[in-house]
Amino acid sequence: MKNIITFSAGLIFGLGLIISGMTNPSKVIGFLDLAGKWDPSLAFVMLGAIAVAFFAFRKAESKGTTIFDETIHLPAKTHITKELIIGSMLFGAGWALAGFCPGPAIVALGAGYLQALIFVIAMLAGMAAHEYLYKK
Amino acid sequence: MENFTPITSFIGGLLIGVSTSMLILFMGKIAGISGIVASLLQFKNTPKGHYMWRLLFIAGLLISSTVYQVFSPLPAPEISASTTTLIVAGLLVGFGTKMGSGCTSGHGVCGLSRLSLRSLIATISFMFTGFVVCYLMLHVV
Repeated sequence: MKNIITFSAGLIFGLGLIISGMTNPSKVIGFLDLAGKWDPSLAFVMLGAIAVAFFAFRKAESKGTTIFDETIHLPAKTHITKELIIGSMLFGAGWALAGFCPGPAIVALGAGYLQALIFVIAMLAGMAAHEYLYKK
Repeated sequence: MENFTPITSFIGGLLIGVSTSMLILFMGKIAGISGIVASLLQFKNTPKGHYMWRLLFIAGLLISSTVYQVFSPLPAPEISASTTTLIVAGLLVGFGTKMGSGCTSGHGVCGLSRLSLRSLIATISFMFTGFVVCYLMLHVV
């Protein structure tokens, strides 16, 4: 049951990315290009997602457990660190350069696009590089 | 603004919200794609069940374009980046999301929905940098 729910959640997430236009890098770049023919569509993706998820998180946090009465794993960190800001800035730079963030890149990889494969391999390498440099 | 698609973008966003809600309410997990992928690269001291839900979620993402095509032709992604740019961008996205603990989904959707200050700062940081790099890329260089 849980496996079906998790797989379906991934599928629905991917369909949402495709329908919203997030899987099209030129649309992402059109959203980030304030000085050009700015296309604000992707702001509506975030609005739509938060409009639903806001209530789910409120419910989850007030109940404290999942529907199956299991522990909820919420991020514990609360401090604003330089890693948070610098890391997010590096991500933002990469996002603008290619027009891909992680979710849409994986969806485009599933659709068989070689460029998405190249991006995802580089992304995995970037994650591994961070893991190697900041070994705990 | 001929490419403006507020309605389909909003509907897509609702679906992302539904997926995120399923994951938190049924599984107690955060739908942060970069975190899910990065955790699959951890091989030491992983608890039982570490891989299963993450692999299933990623499998759902991978299959989504095929399922979409059952109903409608898949909109082709327009990718203008060169191979070199794709590699540099991928490295930055991988390294940056790991360092900053999240991406558009984890911070942008889940974090903002939880009213997390950390995620708000992260979202402002990547959006602002995205705007600046895009300006430099399209209008300066």
